[in-house]
Amino acid sequence: MDNLRIICMQASFAEKIIMYMQYPFVRYALIVGTLIALCSSLLGVTLVLKRFSFIGDGLSHVAFGGVAIASILNMTNKMVLVLPVTIICAILLLRTGQNTKIKGDAAIAVISVAALAFGYLMMNVFGTSANLTGDVCSTLFGSTSILTLTLPEVWLCVVLSLLVVCLFILFYNRLFAVTFDESFARAVGTKVEAYNLLIAIVIAVIIVLAMNLVGSLLISALIIFPALSALRIFGSFKKVTVFAALLSVTSALVGILISIVAGTPVGSTIVAVQAVVFAGCYIMGSVMKGVLI
Amino acid sequence: MALLTVKNLAIGYDSGVVAKDLNFEVNAGDYLCITGENGSGKSTLMKTLLGLSEKLGGEIIFGDGLKKTEVGYLPQQTMIQRDFPASVKEIVLSGAQAGMGFRPFYNAREKERARISMEKMGISDLAGRCYRELSGGQQQRVLLARALLAADKILFLDEPVSGLDPDATIKMYELIKMLNREGMAIVMISHDVREVKKYASHILHFGDEVSFEKRKEMAICG
Repeated sequence: MDNLRIICMQASFAEKIIMYMQYPFVRYALIVGTLIALCSSLLGVTLVLKRFSFIGDGLSHVAFGGVAIASILNMTNKMVLVLPVTIICAILLLRTGQNTKIKGDAAIAVISVAALAFGYLMMNVFGTSANLTGDVCSTLFGSTSILTLTLPEVWLCVVLSLLVVCLFILFYNRLFAVTFDESFARAVGTKVEAYNLLIAIVIAVIIVLAMNLVGSLLISALIIFPALSALRIFGSFKKVTVFAALLSVTSALVGILISIVAGTPVGSTIVAVQAVVFAGCYIMGSVMKGVLI
Repeated sequence: MALLTVKNLAIGYDSGVVAKDLNFEVNAGDYLCITGENGSGKSTLMKTLLGLSEKLGGEIIFGDGLKKTEVGYLPQQTMIQRDFPASVKEIVLSGAQAGMGFRPFYNAREKERARISMEKMGISDLAGRCYRELSGGQQQRVLLARALLAADKILFLDEPVSGLDPDATIKMYELIKMLNREGMAIVMISHDVREVKKYASHILHFGDEVSFEKRKEMAICG
């Protein structure tokens, strides 16, 4: 009897999904969500290992500030302002990080908090929108904007994501070398600054893209969780990278589907799924280590 | 011509000069040890030679057709590396990046060189292992194998035995000696003045003043 009920539930879940899949906005959300999850997890491994876990947080707040200013200026295409501002901050943050760690840490905190505060302040003082709290909330938490994507936005996301993936594959070996040992790389003549610049630009692009999906507060989760989960289990850079990408894409898909069927907020649902996956990997990693010892 | 010629070099940071009027050269097959107290400028000298720090004055001349991309370097371990997920093979191969130009992936020749280099360092059986799970001595040999992939003529080693147990220390010194016998010029920083005298052909000592001592006869009989 119980089994029957479960089968029925599964059928209705699957039916619901199939039904929803007929709507273009659901398909768009799935495509964009998966791609963003993929890109952020690829860079996430490098950022976590370089001790820049929080750069996602910092930059997303900068992007929030950018969005606030763009809204006040009534710009039709906010990207024109948001993207350059975020890229510049990314470059500045990664640069200070090279010299001393604490400085880099503090710099991220300063920029993050200041951008958030100024963004909200500007929206409050100059904002024309009737629903200020709603606006702020949706920028921070992503709300449903991923479900209102237009076809050009989807294409932009596809193109940029492909670009990120191609760059990542082409520079994979350099990225490894620069992440593992910056002094060695520099000593043997690798252009470390150039690669750090590339990382900064790519991460800024990903964050601006990801704001549509999970909002600025939850971007860190997209960057950190898959990398940390994979780090718990695997011991080679390649395996960690591939596994992080797989985890991220799967959690994003599962998260979006659950949120559509259950009517929960998309961003938070994805992050919740990732957190559960991380807990699983954490336990699995501990068990594997126990077995090895 | 010498591989490396240093003339009237001054080293230090923005805040001030750590050492000046350094004059020495490193020829093919030399084994130069840099000794001295902590903070006397040993590491700064090496970083300046490698172009990681700005020099404050004087000249560093790479000779004998030595290119910037042909030096090997074994830096001190960083915090990041201790829990870095990387297989031994991945790390050793990354030593080849300097010679790759704009080619994104390693070719068969570089993979073969990595294999030979790991064999020389006696870590072939560790190729698939995770770096963070190795012992200190094994980790240093991995980094040395990586440096070998980058270097044809000269190796820079920054305290290669620091933190190693006595057995691993001896093994490390023997490996470096072997490379030196094969013709690789060695520039090594060390705390251990007594120990390095057994191996070094030249000693650059940072004390109250900097002295450069030739021990050629040691190199010949040793």
